[in-house]
Amino acid sequence: MLPATTLTPHFKAEVMNLLYMGEGAPPNLCVHCAICSAACPAVEFMDHSPRQLLAMINAGMKDEVLASNTFWTCSSCFACSERCPQGIHPAQIMYALKRYSLWHSRYPEGLIGPDFSRRFVKTILRNGKSYEPGYAPAFIWEGGFSGLLHEVQGAMKLLAKGRLPLIPSKIKRVKRFREMIGRIIPLDGIS
Amino acid sequence: MKTYAYYPGCSLETMAASYHVSAVEVADRLGVELVEIEDWNCCGATAYSHVDELLAQVLCARNLALAEKEERLELVAPCSGCFKNLYFANDHMLDDPDLMEHMNFALEADELSYSGSVTVHHLMDMFATEIGIDVIAARVTDPLTGVKVAPYYGCQMTRPRKKGETLQDVEGPTTFEDLLSAIGATPVDYPHRMRCCGASLIATNRPAALSMLRDLLQDAVSAGADVIATSCPLCQINLEVYQAEVNRELDTDFSMPIIYFTQLMGLALGAKPKKLGIGREIVKVAPILECRSREARTPVG
Repeated sequence: MLPATTLTPHFKAEVMNLLYMGEGAPPNLCVHCAICSAACPAVEFMDHSPRQLLAMINAGMKDEVLASNTFWTCSSCFACSERCPQGIHPAQIMYALKRYSLWHSRYPEGLIGPDFSRRFVKTILRNGKSYEPGYAPAFIWEGGFSGLLHEVQGAMKLLAKGRLPLIPSKIKRVKRFREMIGRIIPLDGIS
Repeated sequence: MKTYAYYPGCSLETMAASYHVSAVEVADRLGVELVEIEDWNCCGATAYSHVDELLAQVLCARNLALAEKEERLELVAPCSGCFKNLYFANDHMLDDPDLMEHMNFALEADELSYSGSVTVHHLMDMFATEIGIDVIAARVTDPLTGVKVAPYYGCQMTRPRKKGETLQDVEGPTTFEDLLSAIGATPVDYPHRMRCCGASLIATNRPAALSMLRDLLQDAVSAGADVIATSCPLCQINLEVYQAEVNRELDTDFSMPIIYFTQLMGLALGAKPKKLGIGREIVKVAPILECRSREARTPVG
C-alpha cells in the first residue's frame, strides 16, 4: 500500500473530464478481467498493462500513471475498447492521458511520442496537410548513427520509387484554414 | 455515372500514390467516379487526438463541409485512419447539436458550414456494398486464379464499433475475403488478419512496431500466403518498407509482397499493372503476376 500522501483521489474524475467526445463507461466500472491487456498487441512493450493502468487511475496513482510509458505505447488499434465487457474504452482513456501529459509537459524521459505528436500537429497547422519527412527529427537519432543510416537508406529506396515528397504539400486556403483553427485553439507560437 | 466525394488523404499523395491511382482506375472500370474534394485538409491522423479533441474534430468537419458544399453527399476515404476520423467526427456532430454549433462557428472563418448530410464510407465498403460483390465478380476478365492472398483488415476500417453494428461485423467481417474470392483469388485464413501493424509506433516505439510486424508477417507466411493485401496506406508502408528492418533486427528472412486490394481488383478487371501503380514497390510483386500467368496457362479441368 502506498502512503496516502502520494495519492490523488480525484484523478479518475480528472481523466473522465478529458473525455469530451471519447465515449465509454467510467474506469471505476473495471472488473479486472484483463481482456484489454489480452487484446493489446503492444502490451509487452508497456510498463503497465492496460488493466493495471486502469487500476492505477482508479486508485488515484496520478504520479505513477504519468510516469508510465503505457499510453504512449498505445497504437490506437481499439481492440481493447471492442472487447471490454464493461463498456470502458481504454483506447480513448489512452488518448486522454496523452493530452493530459502533453498539456502538463509531464512524461518520462526518452519517449519519442510526445515530440512526434507536437511536430505532427504543428506541420498540419502550418500547411493543412501532413508531410512525413518532417517528423523524422523526432525519432531519427534514436537508433544512433547506424539507425540514421538505415533510415536514410530506406528513404532513398522510396525516393527512387517516387514515393517520397521533397517539399511539403499545402492546402490553398491556408490562411482561412488557420483562422478556422484559431477559433478552436490559440495559434500563438505556431508560425 | 454515380459520383462520390473522394477524400484521398495525405499518404495517397506521396508514399501511397499507387493506392490512389489504382482506386481511381478500379472505380472508373466499375462505372463510378471519385471526384476529389477541392482543397481538402489532413484528417488529423491519430496525433491530433493526442493534443486536442476539438482540434481533431474541426479538421474533419472542414472536409465534411467541403463535400456538402460540392453537393456530393457520399464521401469515400481509402485510408482506414482518415475513414475512422471522418466517420466518427460526423457521428459526433450528428449526436451533439452543441458540438455542431461549435464546429460551424469555426467553419465560418473559412466561409463554410455543415448541416450533417454527408455519409462516410471506406473505399472497400463502397466497392462491396454500394457497387456489390456480385457486380464486381461479373466484371472480372482476368481472374487471379491460384493466387493465395492474406486479407489484412488492420484496425480502423472496422474498429471502433459503429452504431448498429453487431459483434460479427466488428470481430468476424468477411468483406475482404468475399472481394478476393470475387476476383478469383484464394483468401487465406490467418489469426492476425485484424491485429494491429504497429501504426505510428514505427516512428515512436520502433522495437514494438517491428515485433508486431514480425508476428503479422510470420502469420501470413505460415498460412501459405503469396501476398498480403491491405486497405490502408499506413499498414502497407509499415509491412513493406519496414520489412527489411524486421529482417535485420529480428533475424528473419521475409520477402512478402504487400499490395493494395485495389491493385489486385484492377488486375482482375483487366487494367495494365502500370496503371495501377504496380512497379513502385520495394518488395517486388512480380512473383504474384508470374504465379497468375502460370495458372492462366494451366488448362482448367
